[in-house]
Amino acid sequence: MRAPLSWIREYAALPDHVTGRDLAEKLIGIGLEVESVEDLGGSVSGPLLVGRVLEVEELTEFKKPIRYCQVDVGDQTRGIICGATNFAQGDLVAAALPGAVLPGGFEISARKTYGHVSDGMLCSGRELGINDEYDGILVLAEGTVGEDARPVLGLDDAVLDIAVTPDRGYCLSIRGIAREAALAYDVAFSDPVAQVPGLTSDGPQHPVDLQYGADRFTARTISGIDSTATSPAYMVRRLNQCGMRPVSLAVDITNYVMLETGQPLHAFDADKLQGPIQVRRPVAGEMLETLDHLKRELDPDDVVIADDRGAVALAGVMGGLTTEIDESSTEVVLEAAHFGAAQVAGTSRRHKLSSEASRRFERGVDRDLAVAASNRAAELFAELAGATVGGLVDIDRREAVPAICLPLELPGRIVGVEIPGDQVLSILQRIGCAVSGDSVTVPNWRPDLTAPIDLVEEVARVVGYDTIPSRGPAMGTGAGLSATDRLQRQLRRRPAELGLVEVLSYPFVGEAELDAIGLPATDPRRVSVRLANPLNDEQPFMRTSLLPGLLSTARRNVGRGADSLHLYEYGQVFRDVSTISAPVADAGSRPPQVVIEEMLAALPRQPEHLALVLCGDWSRSGWWGAGRPADWSDAIRLGQEVARTAGIRLEVQADHHAPWHPGRCARLSVDGRLVGHAGELHPDVIAAYGLPARSAAAELDLSVLLAAGQTVAPAPDVSAFPVAKEDVALVVDEDMSAETLRQALQERGGDLLESVRLFDVYSGPQVPTGKKSLAFALRLRAADRTLTDTDIESVRESVLAAAGELGAQLRG
Amino acid sequence: MSAPNKNFDPVTPAALDPANLSAAVDQALSAIAEATDLAGLKQVRIDHAGDRSPLALANREIGALPPSAKAAAGKAVGAARGRVSGALKARESELEEAERQRILTSERVDVTMVNDREPVGARHPIHTISEHIADAFVSIGYGVVEGPELESEWFNFDALNIDRDHPARTMQDTFFVTAADSGAVLRTHTSPLQIRTMLDQSPPVYVVCPGRVYRTDELDATHTPVFHQVEGLAVDRGLTMVDLKSTLDWFAATMFGEGIVTRLRPSYFPFTEPSAEVDLQCFACRGESVGNPDRPCRTCSSEGWIEWGGCGMVNPRVLQSCGVDPEEFTGFAFGMGIERTLMFRHGITDMRDLVEGDVRFTTAFGMDS
Repeated sequence: MRAPLSWIREYAALPDHVTGRDLAEKLIGIGLEVESVEDLGGSVSGPLLVGRVLEVEELTEFKKPIRYCQVDVGDQTRGIICGATNFAQGDLVAAALPGAVLPGGFEISARKTYGHVSDGMLCSGRELGINDEYDGILVLAEGTVGEDARPVLGLDDAVLDIAVTPDRGYCLSIRGIAREAALAYDVAFSDPVAQVPGLTSDGPQHPVDLQYGADRFTARTISGIDSTATSPAYMVRRLNQCGMRPVSLAVDITNYVMLETGQPLHAFDADKLQGPIQVRRPVAGEMLETLDHLKRELDPDDVVIADDRGAVALAGVMGGLTTEIDESSTEVVLEAAHFGAAQVAGTSRRHKLSSEASRRFERGVDRDLAVAASNRAAELFAELAGATVGGLVDIDRREAVPAICLPLELPGRIVGVEIPGDQVLSILQRIGCAVSGDSVTVPNWRPDLTAPIDLVEEVARVVGYDTIPSRGPAMGTGAGLSATDRLQRQLRRRPAELGLVEVLSYPFVGEAELDAIGLPATDPRRVSVRLANPLNDEQPFMRTSLLPGLLSTARRNVGRGADSLHLYEYGQVFRDVSTISAPVADAGSRPPQVVIEEMLAALPRQPEHLALVLCGDWSRSGWWGAGRPADWSDAIRLGQEVARTAGIRLEVQADHHAPWHPGRCARLSVDGRLVGHAGELHPDVIAAYGLPARSAAAELDLSVLLAAGQTVAPAPDVSAFPVAKEDVALVVDEDMSAETLRQALQERGGDLLESVRLFDVYSGPQVPTGKKSLAFALRLRAADRTLTDTDIESVRESVLAAAGELGAQLRG
Repeated sequence: MSAPNKNFDPVTPAALDPANLSAAVDQALSAIAEATDLAGLKQVRIDHAGDRSPLALANREIGALPPSAKAAAGKAVGAARGRVSGALKARESELEEAERQRILTSERVDVTMVNDREPVGARHPIHTISEHIADAFVSIGYGVVEGPELESEWFNFDALNIDRDHPARTMQDTFFVTAADSGAVLRTHTSPLQIRTMLDQSPPVYVVCPGRVYRTDELDATHTPVFHQVEGLAVDRGLTMVDLKSTLDWFAATMFGEGIVTRLRPSYFPFTEPSAEVDLQCFACRGESVGNPDRPCRTCSSEGWIEWGGCGMVNPRVLQSCGVDPEEFTGFAFGMGIERTLMFRHGITDMRDLVEGDVRFTTAFGMDS
């Protein structure tokens, strides 16, 4: 809502010195969100006076008409040269005298031109930054000669732009903002609505059939409108200042009264209405073309204004095209009604149509305003358009608003500072409440005040939040991070400690990305939550895997010149998605436990995943020698390292799983539960994302690690006895898994076998075709003694036997 | 070696002549001093202390002396040999030390050569600052709660006093989910975690809730459709706006430095009442740039205050929706945007830097922002 200071001043007795910025500061202090203050006067400085043209001497010796005028500017008469011809002797004009500075830094001085000394300048709208008119100078409708012209031109004004929150519908009017201004300065407020004269209801009436949607509906007939009459300057200026485009006198009057009072009004061309006005639900399939030229299919939950031929307006939102007033309209039916806030909000939402009217009704319009606003508009029609005010139909079905019981000590109890009862009382009265004991009746313009806490807020904001003191923080009763919290943090942090850089990517994906990572048509990761209103139609799904986003981020980095990348990301993914149907319970009391559980269970599983991608070198080349490319095994290793944070040793098995290379993909699990996959990316995926060859990736489900993670690690027995080292090289089939063999050796080595480590793999001429040699380093140690040769030999025999059972032969 | 000499020669052998002994010692010491490396010293040792050295010869001559002369001669030769071996040892140490020094000198490297062989990791500042904030609140007894990003509408709206036709429901530009009656949305704020927490545990409740939230804003320099908030909630007996203001001031000082305070401006949120916007005193200029054109402040645009978040006393209706009796308990809640906090804390001028995942951006923050 844009509000000119001068208009606010008409109703709030603000001290003269108050500037737009001062007022903004005060309004912010009591809770209005003033977004900006436009200072119109700042652009013109120095003497700009109202002058009267006393004489006009036409100078004809020049190529264009030039006038030398004698202008009375109060204390003296000045000769001023002017190139415009749109004024006459006796007109009031805006005269900028030497010393004035106009917008753009244009300094006025006395100078000789066209054979005369021009002692100032007569200004056009454009020269003063008021409008774009430059064909002629401004001819003023009013003003006192010799006085400052700024007030007459609106140039002393400031316009406050206020973002009105949903609870302050009444501030979508100058009346409401002036009321707040008076409250903020504790000065008198004169209600413009109270100044509207009562008008007769007699005369021809337009019948109304109110069936639904409004608890107050008025229709006033106005006839004999002079369609040639135009809006007065003040009205045009104020509409402009408030950001509304002047259209025609009839439309301008309805808008002006709406801005002034907050009551949306609609003028129907009475000649285009057929039969009584009906306020009703739409019938099935009913259509309406609204003023914005959109043909709308009406919803059964909408409310329409209709005549015998059908809907003519979307109640509280927008009028229809068929009954729009135009240049030739002389008879109108003026509607001023009170539609339900939820009703209008629903219609506005369904039709994605927000209007000046709907914004006001949604936030709540003064329920007692319709007749006064209608009268005010009728008065203006009579005054400005010579119209005859006809009869008024007023249907009033309002129900009484219950009083609120407010213990006067409650505001102090909530705020935490002493607020005496008489201060509470005084504040409530100033905002318009009637108070009797602890019973508070709220004013008609405050439908938002329905509960004691609403009144507490009113008291608190007027007392001022700046009076609330500060002491130590409110101390909680918790005992620090839980073991799970800490483990989760460690899991999230671990890849960075291992040398990876954390990134975040958007969780939106589309078919193209799912294709790019090579998901088969039946992959469950293709099924996800679909957004009804995605930002980008190409990406309507929520991610089921972090990899599409992470690979896109990798591509962006490669595109920006990164050679080698080690990225990771963690975040929620959406899994096991089926049709979502969460019940919506009522608010205001705790829903039954079964409903709460249904609401929770209706959501898909949203486990936290962690993914990483490795591109190019793991360790770089440099003056120390060659680098080492990151490969599939790094991805697996890093996955295992992350799991080890949770005390988990992941089991590794070969697997086929997109988007990994079919021969270089590991399934990672714990106790048989899938944790994730790791390995080299499929070459097609690497190509699709333009990543370096052999890029590798891993994705883990952190929720599985969190559930399986041990937070109390058992201590190992650390023996101080000497170690014995034995190496064995075993020849096995090419497809034998090294891990299977290693585990067999470890298991059969018994307590004396401290560790088994694969240290070399060989395949080539020295082993038979189809075979490979796996070399393991064994470390043997006893807890209680130095090992003897017999001990060592016995372990060796037993691991070799285990190897033999798997078809392995000791390499010669 | 000579056979035992029964017939003692009265003449003292030349090798045992004190002058000769002295000369041999002098020659040895001089040779030792002249040795410049360990190899040279080794030859000196052979020549002057070896089996064929003059002193060794002198020693052998002692056996041929009459018993009465043996003691004196032995003492003289022993002293001579002792001097030589002592000098050898000393010189050897010197030369060994010199050799060590030479090797160390020869092993000098250019320590300014940069080793950036191994990758160095870094954490995204959105997450580190979230943990930082959570830690601060954990230190005053708050718990940390996270929750799902796809949320039941009841948790995101209804229970927070945002009913179906409330303007706030469209005001927040929600991402809705198909089908239309799913009853689920991408959460528009972290406030549903207030509801989850209160349904889950009885008061007193003190929690802080960081998380990712969604609104249908296009990405530009100051907006992103996917962003992060941190929410605080306290519900207990007797909590007031003084507790709220005090906690916010403490939070501001903890994050931005001793003495930094907050300012509350009345505002409107459906789930709190009274409600307020939270402004943070500018930590960069501490307000000194206001009305002081000579010292403009980029952090607060010389306003002295920075918009930080929203707060208020938990609306009794919200407590009731969670089964908490507002007659017995009151509460306060507050929420801040993490991106916004990071932007003014670190002077980030473009939101896109926070969301694009450029490694150069994250790396600049290291392991902790």
